[in-house]
Amino acid sequence: MDAEKILDAKGLSCPMPVVKAKKAIDDLQPGDILEVHVTDKGARNDMPAWAQASGHKLVKQIEEGNVLKFWIKRG
Amino acid sequence: MALKNMTPQELAKMVINGDKLFILDVRNTDEFDDWKIEGKGIDIINVPYFHLLDGVDGILGDLPKETPILVVCAKGGSSEFVGEQIVEKGFNQVFSLEGGMKAWSEYLEPVKIADLPNGGSLYQFIRLGKGCLSYMVASNGEAAVVDAARMIDVYENFAKKNNLTIKATIDTHLHADHISGGRALALATGATYYLPPKDATEVTYQYEPLEEGHDIVVGHSTMNVHPIYSPGHTIGSTSLIIDDKYLLTGDILFVESIGRPDLAGKAEDWVSDLRQTLYNKYKKLSEDLIVLPAHFSHIHEMGDDGAVKAKLGALYEVNEGLQVEDEATFRRMVTKNLPPQPHAYREIRQVNMGKLTPDMDEQREMEIGPNRCAVHE
Repeated sequence: MDAEKILDAKGLSCPMPVVKAKKAIDDLQPGDILEVHVTDKGARNDMPAWAQASGHKLVKQIEEGNVLKFWIKRG
Repeated sequence: MALKNMTPQELAKMVINGDKLFILDVRNTDEFDDWKIEGKGIDIINVPYFHLLDGVDGILGDLPKETPILVVCAKGGSSEFVGEQIVEKGFNQVFSLEGGMKAWSEYLEPVKIADLPNGGSLYQFIRLGKGCLSYMVASNGEAAVVDAARMIDVYENFAKKNNLTIKATIDTHLHADHISGGRALALATGATYYLPPKDATEVTYQYEPLEEGHDIVVGHSTMNVHPIYSPGHTIGSTSLIIDDKYLLTGDILFVESIGRPDLAGKAEDWVSDLRQTLYNKYKKLSEDLIVLPAHFSHIHEMGDDGAVKAKLGALYEVNEGLQVEDEATFRRMVTKNLPPQPHAYREIRQVNMGKLTPDMDEQREMEIGPNRCAVHE
């Protein structure tokens, strides 16, 4: 999947992954995709919930080992 | 004013005292709906932190000016993030729960239930965040711990402080809602670990059978822990009578409900055992016994001192699970429309059998949420 931007939030704990994702996506254009990498397990539920609450669309979510990866389309 | 931390211990005191406290829980709504902090003096609202990334202006009107405000999240990071913003808006008494719900779930508050003969004592350890109750019987420098939680350092430190040597750890049954600390505590202290043999058919470790007819002596020679076979929640469930006055019921009988028979996948098979235990075997015991269960579901089951207890005779008057004359109605009550099962209960049973050995983070993850061992929520 082609992401406009990749945000590495590995090693950061809650709330920073979502705080940084918000900042990053605010710089994108509607329809652009942000890819986020997180190791804090709290993001598993929080990232999709934040995306939905903010009018963005979670396109894909996977787990590779300890890393949670999200693709979020700016709404 | 700066944001202050509140420890789980400080929160526990406030919950037990019924102090007024306003809680802003900033976890996501699914987690909040599943499980939250309760208390007589507590008002609580849920606003996920990711709604507050641009500031807290939108919720200021919902916050009290006079009552202390405690911000709570999963681990303690987001509650600081939100709490600091509230402080900046001029609120005076704002706290962040140190370690979040994770730490709250692991905190145990010891409450003395009674003095036992010859200088002994009986303590209840209340796991407020999860509704689990464990016990320590102390007599003549020795102690037995019943239904220990996995935070075994709490019992070790308590024993040390009170000059007690832990000689026995006892599980009344194979637990499905939390990871037992019984075996680990026995290994750490050199104590003997007791488990009902009928619940232990698949365990991978050595244990001493907990069986009716084989009393366990703690400290003073007259201080007996007397097991009573009382199946129904599990096939091995065994209650303990202490000092002829206290009945530790495990997950068979609670203050406001009764144990559910379905957590090992055998509800239909175990219903008649549960009925036999509650309507026959317990009925023959003294009405004056003080019931001390392994769980509570609601904060109002707690007395003014924090202890969760009730007279057996009184429970036969008021406990919903003990009022069902008709056997078929009883069968329906304990097998149909039960609350959701505890989080990860299958894996937790495997851990307690010794078949799975998850790391600390995985253990915490498995134990998230309320205990849900009763037939009524």
